[in-house]
Amino acid sequence: MEKLIDIRNVRHAYKTETGPLPVLDGLDVSVPEGGFVAVVGPSGCGKSTLTRLIAGLMKPDEGEVWLHGERVKGPRSTVGMAFQNPVLLEWRTILKNVLLPLEIVPTKLSRKQGEERARFLLSLVGLEGFEDKRPSELSGGMRQRASLCRALIHQPEVLILDEPFGALDAFTREDLWQTMHRVKEREPFTGVLITHDLRESIFLADQVVVLSGRPARTQFVLDIPSSGPRTLDDLYTPEAAEQLNILRHQIQIAQGRAPAEASQPDPIRREARA
Amino acid sequence: MTRNLRAIAVPLIAVGVFLLFWEWLVWYHGWPRFKMAAPSDLGPAFVRHWDLFLKMGWQTLWRTVAGLLLAVLFGVFLGMVMGFSRTMRDALYPLLVGFNAIPKATVVPIVALMFVGQHDFNTVLLAFMISFFPIAVSVSIGLSTLEPEYRDILRSLGASQATIFWKIALPKTLPEFFGALKVAVTLAFIGTNLMEIVSPHGRGLGALFDSGRTNSDFPLMFAVLIALAFLGIVLYYIVVALEKIFAGWAERSPG
Repeated sequence: MEKLIDIRNVRHAYKTETGPLPVLDGLDVSVPEGGFVAVVGPSGCGKSTLTRLIAGLMKPDEGEVWLHGERVKGPRSTVGMAFQNPVLLEWRTILKNVLLPLEIVPTKLSRKQGEERARFLLSLVGLEGFEDKRPSELSGGMRQRASLCRALIHQPEVLILDEPFGALDAFTREDLWQTMHRVKEREPFTGVLITHDLRESIFLADQVVVLSGRPARTQFVLDIPSSGPRTLDDLYTPEAAEQLNILRHQIQIAQGRAPAEASQPDPIRREARA
Repeated sequence: MTRNLRAIAVPLIAVGVFLLFWEWLVWYHGWPRFKMAAPSDLGPAFVRHWDLFLKMGWQTLWRTVAGLLLAVLFGVFLGMVMGFSRTMRDALYPLLVGFNAIPKATVVPIVALMFVGQHDFNTVLLAFMISFFPIAVSVSIGLSTLEPEYRDILRSLGASQATIFWKIALPKTLPEFFGALKVAVTLAFIGTNLMEIVSPHGRGLGALFDSGRTNSDFPLMFAVLIALAFLGIVLYYIVVALEKIFAGWAERSPG
């Protein structure tokens, strides 16, 4: 399968007053077309830097980021983003918020078609009837759903989700996981999900990448078989428990709380037992 | 009593009680008109000088509004410069704070001397000088505290800086801007009156007040105060109405 996102050996350091602060040190992530990769790792290990690299909001010091066979050199309109903070514009209605990207990127959709598509996406995430409400009238989970629609409205090649469900309560979060599956079925996308939640990573993604502590490199890659957990009940099967165990162990290694299995230069790649 | 009736009646009764108490105080002490005015003296004072009130009220009003408009233009420009550039903010902020700390009453004689005879210009200048500060500060804070995610959402789509400003930064700063404008409109009014009273030139309600002062004409002085309060309230509520139109979204609906 073609690699839609290909991040090759990326290194990056932020300039601070006390000298350069390396955040990424040999990062490799690749996502095939239609794939959904979750990136997990200890706090502050450079996960958000990764999303900014893919979106073209910053350039790495070393290494290359490729998107659809083209090297990323600046922002491209073929990317949709959603953050932990839904950043909806308070002065616009929900519908107008979702339509915002169409005002900026070149689009073949007419005004009416755009609006139809926005209404379709809103109904897909369960926000039918809220089109004319203001963001302040919506709950946190509903705002995040609207933000998801905004990220998808211009049919981006890549959907970048930076801890989109991190600030929601557990029940709302599980609700949104199921919404994500529903959306992906109707509106297939290639996605990168940054998350702190291991259950979320195995529930949503078909591949989980574990980053080491700062400076981050790709430490471990776990492939989730297509028969992986796809309903909430599946999260309580022995297979899911094993996947979570492997990931938790890798996070402990990344945090320096457990010894690495062996000093291998290459990331360990493992197929979880189906 | 219905809720609406009470909302109107209670404040009216309070004003009535206050006026009665004032009237009684003057009557009880037997103060003559060159010592104190009673509310019942104000009506005749307005009637006697109504042409002056109209003429000078208009002079005060247009000079205040002109000063305020200049303050809005300059304040927004300064706020944008300081909001977008850290260097400019570091450079200009101490200057601004220093300038703002000078009591503007001390500036009146300087301005009056520098531009002697140009009373309209002086008055507008003072109204402007006293009122641009809150606008500049609020706009710069509004722009510099814009969450980076807002910028990223548009930047990742390839939007230009100008688009980001028009679509996000400007509307997001409007509530802060109108908050500052409410302060600025009161300040501009003070500036106009300061110039009219300290350096009277026969123009504006301040000059009318000053002529009442030289004649110990308390009814006239108090009538001017009432007229000033009226103008101040009108200006303030014009700003409130504009805020409702342009930044009404920032007001949370109750419940």
